[in-house]
Amino acid sequence: MAAVTPEVLTSTHVEKMKKKKLPKRYWEETEKTDQSQRRPEEEQGKAGQNQNKSTVKEKSLKRKNGESLEKKDPFPGEAPIPQKQLQKFQRGKKCKVPAGARERLKEAIAISEAMSEHAQKQAARYDLLLPEDAGFLEGDEDEDTNTISQADIADAVDITSGSKYFNLHLSQFGPYRLDYSRTGRNLLVGGKKGHVACIDWQTKDLKCEMNVMETVNDVKWLHTEAMFAVAQKRWLYIYDSKGVELHCVKKFNDVLRMQFLPYHFLLATASATGFLQYLDVSIGKEVAAICTKMGRLDVMAQNPHNAVIHLGHPNGTVSLWSPNQKESLVKMLCHRGAVRSLAVDKTGTYMVTSGLDRKLKVYDIRAFKPLHSCFLPAGASCLSLSQRGLLSAATGEIVQVYQNVLGSNPVSKPYMAHRLRGQIWGLAYCPFEDVLGIGHGEGFTSMIVPGAGEPNFDALDTNPYRSHKQRQEWEVKALLEKVQPELIGLDPGQLSKVDQASFEQRHKEQIEALGFDPLAKDKFKPKTKKKGRSSAGAIEKRKRKVAHEDQRDEIRQSVQERTEREKELKEKSNEKKLGNKSTLDRFRK
Amino acid sequence: MQNENLVQISFFNQLMLVHPRKKQNERSEASVQVSEYFVNAEGTGDKVNLSDLLGTVEKTSGASNKTKKQLRNLQSSKETLELPLNKQQTEKIQRGIAYEKTTAEVSCWKNIILQNQKAEQMVFPLNQESSGPKRVEQVVAGWKVQTPLEQEIFRLLHGSRQPVNDPVLTPVEEQSLKAMSLEEAKIRRAELQKARALQSYYEAKAKREKKIKSKKYHKVQNKAKRKDFLKQFDEMVKTNPEGALEELKKMELSRMEERMSLKHQNSGKWAKSKAIMAKYDDSARKAMQEQLQMNKDLTQKMVVPSDDEHESIEEGLETVPDFVNDPETVIDPVNPWMRGQLTHEEPEVSCVTAEEVQTAEEENEEEEIIGEFERKRKLRQADEEDLIPTEEEHVVEVSDKEEEEDEEEDVSEFNTLFRLMRSEKTREGSNQTRGGLNTAGEEDEEGLLSEGQIRVRSIEDLEVLDEVVEPRAIEEPSAPQTAAAEATSEPPHKKKREINLKEVLTKEAKAVRLPFLPTVVDEEERDEQISIIKEAFAGDDVISDFIKDKSRQEAAGRPAVVDLTLPGWGEWGGVGLKPPRWKRKRFRIKTAPPPPRQDQKLPDVIISEKRTASVASHQVSQLPFPFQNTAQFESSIRTPIGSTWNTQTVVKNMTKPKVVTKLGAIIEPMVKEDFIKSKTTSAGGKGAAIMLGENRRAKEGTKRSKKREKMTTARSNS
Repeated sequence: MAAVTPEVLTSTHVEKMKKKKLPKRYWEETEKTDQSQRRPEEEQGKAGQNQNKSTVKEKSLKRKNGESLEKKDPFPGEAPIPQKQLQKFQRGKKCKVPAGARERLKEAIAISEAMSEHAQKQAARYDLLLPEDAGFLEGDEDEDTNTISQADIADAVDITSGSKYFNLHLSQFGPYRLDYSRTGRNLLVGGKKGHVACIDWQTKDLKCEMNVMETVNDVKWLHTEAMFAVAQKRWLYIYDSKGVELHCVKKFNDVLRMQFLPYHFLLATASATGFLQYLDVSIGKEVAAICTKMGRLDVMAQNPHNAVIHLGHPNGTVSLWSPNQKESLVKMLCHRGAVRSLAVDKTGTYMVTSGLDRKLKVYDIRAFKPLHSCFLPAGASCLSLSQRGLLSAATGEIVQVYQNVLGSNPVSKPYMAHRLRGQIWGLAYCPFEDVLGIGHGEGFTSMIVPGAGEPNFDALDTNPYRSHKQRQEWEVKALLEKVQPELIGLDPGQLSKVDQASFEQRHKEQIEALGFDPLAKDKFKPKTKKKGRSSAGAIEKRKRKVAHEDQRDEIRQSVQERTEREKELKEKSNEKKLGNKSTLDRFRK
Repeated sequence: MQNENLVQISFFNQLMLVHPRKKQNERSEASVQVSEYFVNAEGTGDKVNLSDLLGTVEKTSGASNKTKKQLRNLQSSKETLELPLNKQQTEKIQRGIAYEKTTAEVSCWKNIILQNQKAEQMVFPLNQESSGPKRVEQVVAGWKVQTPLEQEIFRLLHGSRQPVNDPVLTPVEEQSLKAMSLEEAKIRRAELQKARALQSYYEAKAKREKKIKSKKYHKVQNKAKRKDFLKQFDEMVKTNPEGALEELKKMELSRMEERMSLKHQNSGKWAKSKAIMAKYDDSARKAMQEQLQMNKDLTQKMVVPSDDEHESIEEGLETVPDFVNDPETVIDPVNPWMRGQLTHEEPEVSCVTAEEVQTAEEENEEEEIIGEFERKRKLRQADEEDLIPTEEEHVVEVSDKEEEEDEEEDVSEFNTLFRLMRSEKTREGSNQTRGGLNTAGEEDEEGLLSEGQIRVRSIEDLEVLDEVVEPRAIEEPSAPQTAAAEATSEPPHKKKREINLKEVLTKEAKAVRLPFLPTVVDEEERDEQISIIKEAFAGDDVISDFIKDKSRQEAAGRPAVVDLTLPGWGEWGGVGLKPPRWKRKRFRIKTAPPPPRQDQKLPDVIISEKRTASVASHQVSQLPFPFQNTAQFESSIRTPIGSTWNTQTVVKNMTKPKVVTKLGAIIEPMVKEDFIKSKTTSAGGKGAAIMLGENRRAKEGTKRSKKREKMTTARSNS
């Protein structure tokens, strides 16, 4: 009983209060409408307030009446995001607010943290929209996957996938180099004896075919399918997709290998004369020409993560280059013999090298440390890494594909293998497809490698199915978002860091860059005076006066400093002396 | 009388002095009534003093004593008034006050300014009306009655208290309608009515009872109440022990109070008188005894039989009770120290130990033995906990099974098994650290490792596992293996082991088996090739070249020592003479060594130490304002804002402009009402949603009056 009464009491109390303050109705007095007209927004605000209040009341009422009235949400709150996905989009470490921070700092950090967390969460949520998954090849029991032949695979898979295994018999113009366009639709092949052709390899539609009547060292697509570069015997040529010669770049001679940096619009070339040159294809200018002093450069790869060019040298070293530095960023000794081939993975974490000492080595190029190495009996002449991290190596006439090479576990046996006729000269994975293109002495072979390509593509960046219009739009946007060559460096996040160089250092750099000191004092120029006071002697005197003054200032300053120092020393010594002497010393015998 | 007259005249003169302009000419016309103002001034020389006036005040009876007193005080005080401050000082003070006032006035803007500075986005003009469709009430509120017909209609409507727009309800009403259906509302209303009625009855009853003056009645009442309470308490002990405890506490408190006071100790006035009467009067004696009884009752300790005691008593029937050794149970809820018992051991339900405990009880041995058992058991438990986490499942599973099967056997088996496994594990661990190369041993270990990974669910599984492990251990070492085969047959368990980079550096490369024969080079051929390569590269030692290159680079990076010695200064000069040591020491300037090279610990890597100046021109070189160190700033810009890395909504959110202005709208400076208004609305949210002119004015009026009151009170206080 005692427990019940207080509740009743309180309810009645509330009721009484209600009686006292009857809600005012709007019809009670309408005479002074002009006043209400003045500030409608105020009323609005009040109305809003009231609404809020009443909703609160409503809720409480509902709760009192019983839970049955409310429909309970079986999954309350936001949909949870798995930790793994969140981690995938984690960018950097969170910043902790220091203990004694100012209010403004706290707020700034809080806002930025909240924003980045929101961005991370949203990105993780949208990861849902990447539904495709990579496949892989699975053998029967006691069956090695590398014994499965391409013909078997082509028979087993659907027709469209099966058609991706094909051979082009081009035995005349000798071993072929090849390159896939960034979208993976177009294929460019260049035979050593001058045969150049570009093909839409999926439809087998030949776009253009020609013979340049010269040795072809390398072929490379530029930013779109409309243009490609061919490194010929002497110069570098640029053709369009119809095979029309657009440019002959005579600044680039004896080019052996080429790499195209898509986000910088840079074509990097390595020549037989030991020059590494960068051509900006958006403005047609040579950005940098670096004499590497390392002899003939015929091994080249790019790091897609930071756009650094890797070069392999005959003395077993691999050097890393950026267009901003005349010397190599890093030089690492990888093999005891010459380096034969190089490949860098998509994330810029691993580098795979093969050398004349017939070893295949995997490096962690963030720490520049070797992870593991293995011995290939025939050595690998060509290396290529797929988007999903499959490594293909050309050993003699055989192409081997390795799985799980990148990482700490060593290579044991190939995932797949395919035998060809003739020497292998070019090896490249097709982006977004499970296809490996092989250029060899007898032509070109397209090989099916399950699990090679990235299953999900970024349609705004590289869309294999883009239309003509979309390509145009993409080109404009890409040009607008072009990354300047100055930003190439080992650390791609350098730009988001604070430059901590001292003022002197920066000043020195400025002087170097400009060729003069912008902060230097002007030389004293005496005024011309009349009445013979501007004679040569007088001018010289005046000049000397000023010069003396400058000198005097310096001397005065140094003298002052010295005297101060001496004073301090003296004081110190005095203190020492005094410290030794005590008043009680006089009583000593 | 004359004296009075004189006084009046002089007073008049004083008045004249005060208002010299209103000096009137004397009029000498004869009149019937003689005005006091036109009396001739005689004796104008002597002025009236305050004392003269006071004298009359003293005599007049009408004046209050208070004023008289005050006046007397005034008269007696000799202090002169202080000089007024000079102009500069007064102005200074005034300026100070004005400054304070203006700061107070301006500082009310401070919050809004801060708020606007902090705001992520500001939209100007500030008070924009929402672009969407307005509510009907808002539109109606802005409408003005114009024509006489309309006025007439509205008057009628107001007279009959009809809503102006029929379907339109106030938001409050709407909400209330939404809140509950009619039936619910009715039910609720009925409930409330009933409660109210009950309340009123109850109140009336209480009032009536309170008015009753009869002592006897109250006594009876109290007794009844106490009885009731006791009943309730008994019930409460069963149903609501916490509440009972509370009540108990209350009782305890009353007891304490009783013990402190002398209320029922028969020491009061009344008691003493009664004591005298007690000899003769029976009723007085009774009353006294009653008092004493009351005291006894109140000071008596409450002993509530607790559940523990019941149990212990029940146990005590069979064996010697546990609490024999414990101190006497004194349940004193106030004193927590008295509640505790000496080490009370909870009866363990653990299946493993049950048996042991039973035996202990049977033998009825001394405590030492029990203690020993305890220790052993604890040790074993610790052992079990050390094992892999899957074993916890075992424990549970096993304990379930025990009920069906024979306990002891299983348990002992289980324990021995785990002990065995554990010893194996440790052995294996030690092997791993040793890192021996013998393959057979390794294979054995791997077998054990795999054993560790199999999840065991029950005893049967355990047995199966035991069988599985053994044949493997026998099989594997028997198979001879080459190095290559070992590499191929390496089970995936090896992934667990972390690769030591240093170890890899020195490790021999592993040969790879190929599926196609021709590429596999025979051993002889291989050796030949190696020798050929060696010959080919005999001339150029790649490694030493590289080391030289590196040392050259390091040397270039080191700052050179500047030698400023001038031979021949202050000493003999000539060919073959070296400058003395002191000179060399003094004039050779060494600069501080550079920071350690990045490739210091990487023997086969040269990392360029040159600073990349090209990026520096694009970098931030000075820390922006609120940040205290670079780490904070860098982390604040670590998230990219571009659409390549973010979803569309996030990009929009991140790149929204700080200030948005409406095109063509006049942006007027902020008015005080803009933000004060928001405060008032938040304060007085209870009023009706729509308030027309009169109401608001009334409200404002009340507010104003309140303000005024406040002001006045403040003034009076100061």
